[in-house]
Amino acid sequence: MTNTDWPLWEVFVRSRRGLSHTHAGSLHAPDAEFALRNARDLYTRRGEGVSIWVVPSSAITASSPDEKDPFFEPAADKPYRHPTFYEIPEGVKHL
Amino acid sequence: MATAAAHQAYGTTEDTADTGAYERAFDAAVAADERIEPRDWMPDAYRATLVRQMAQHAHSEIIGMQPEANWITRAPSLRRKAILMAKVQDEAGHGLYLYSAAETLGTSRDELLDKLHSGRQKYSSIFNYPTLTWADVGAIGWLVDGAAITNQVPLCRCSYGPYARAMVRICKEESFHQRQGYELLLALGRGTPEQHAMAQDAVNRWWWPSLMMFGPPDDESAHSAQSMTWKIKRHSNDELRQRFVDICVPQAESLGLTLPDPDLRWNEERGHYDFGPIDWTEFKEVLKGNGPCNEQRLTQRRRAHEEGAWVRESAAAYAARHTSRTDGASKPGETGATRA
Repeated sequence: MTNTDWPLWEVFVRSRRGLSHTHAGSLHAPDAEFALRNARDLYTRRGEGVSIWVVPSSAITASSPDEKDPFFEPAADKPYRHPTFYEIPEGVKHL
Repeated sequence: MATAAAHQAYGTTEDTADTGAYERAFDAAVAADERIEPRDWMPDAYRATLVRQMAQHAHSEIIGMQPEANWITRAPSLRRKAILMAKVQDEAGHGLYLYSAAETLGTSRDELLDKLHSGRQKYSSIFNYPTLTWADVGAIGWLVDGAAITNQVPLCRCSYGPYARAMVRICKEESFHQRQGYELLLALGRGTPEQHAMAQDAVNRWWWPSLMMFGPPDDESAHSAQSMTWKIKRHSNDELRQRFVDICVPQAESLGLTLPDPDLRWNEERGHYDFGPIDWTEFKEVLKGNGPCNEQRLTQRRRAHEEGAWVRESAAAYAARHTSRTDGASKPGETGATRA
């Protein structure tokens, strides 16, 4: 049986103007042009999108789940980055 | 340390220094109803179970195109033909969502297809029954897709993220499949006596195989208990089968058709419909390859794959030449279509 190892692409779809592209899934295609066409047929059969990005999966660099705690730790001890950290007297408006 | 490829599978148990800690983190995530994502550590058996189930599911979607495609050229109107083509195209799409999701576990598309073609991985045995009349297209939509939806809705909350996300997409689309089948049967049921009889005959033939789609009874289901613990599965086979029967009985009444089971009656005490015994011998025979169409389905699938080889090869050759001409690089996918 003949197989052709087409590369894997990640598909991002903008569902409507004003929203950012969101990851929809992945697919195989021989090149970017085919990836776009396949993505249209696969992920927007019911008008789910107005714009599509395709990115070779191999081009994505991901953080490691293994070090998720130390990697994201710097944000954990900075509650003062959130508005709820601050005490404001009752009755003060528009703040 | 950052690693390339968002989908690249995490190492297996042998590669990890402290399996115990990883396993505890995995168990805790599943217990807390969190999702497991592709690069998380997971037990080898969890990975293997998911690959087996998702591959079988994907294969079912694409083999399932055959019995219905059988009627596309003979659809009774342009409306029905357009609907049926859209449905069969959806089934191809569902197969592709599921193959992609399965590939996040470290298997490849070619490997999955090879295993289907060589019979090492299975597909749902329902597709080994023939579509003898146009009414079968309606019965498949109503009963087979109806049973699939009953099975699949809980899978939207499956513990494995990519599988759950694929199922959300699939379930949205399945609803059209079931409704078009019901509408088709309704049209036949209200038609001439011959049309009504054809609809009834289709329901008679598809009812029992549809009940078998939920798998063997709970006490004989090999993988159920572990899959429930892992939250791959949320309800038992018998529970889902009962849910399906309860849904179908009133729907059949609205169609003016009967279900071929003399033991079917409302049980006030249980609050459910009782139904007759399922012929599990038939189920096992079809599973073993002795159904009416097992040979035909696989032969057709292999032929479609072989006959499509030149398309795949020429697309790859075109891509290689096009890429080297535009920027001299041999890397795939650098033709710049991703501009915002």
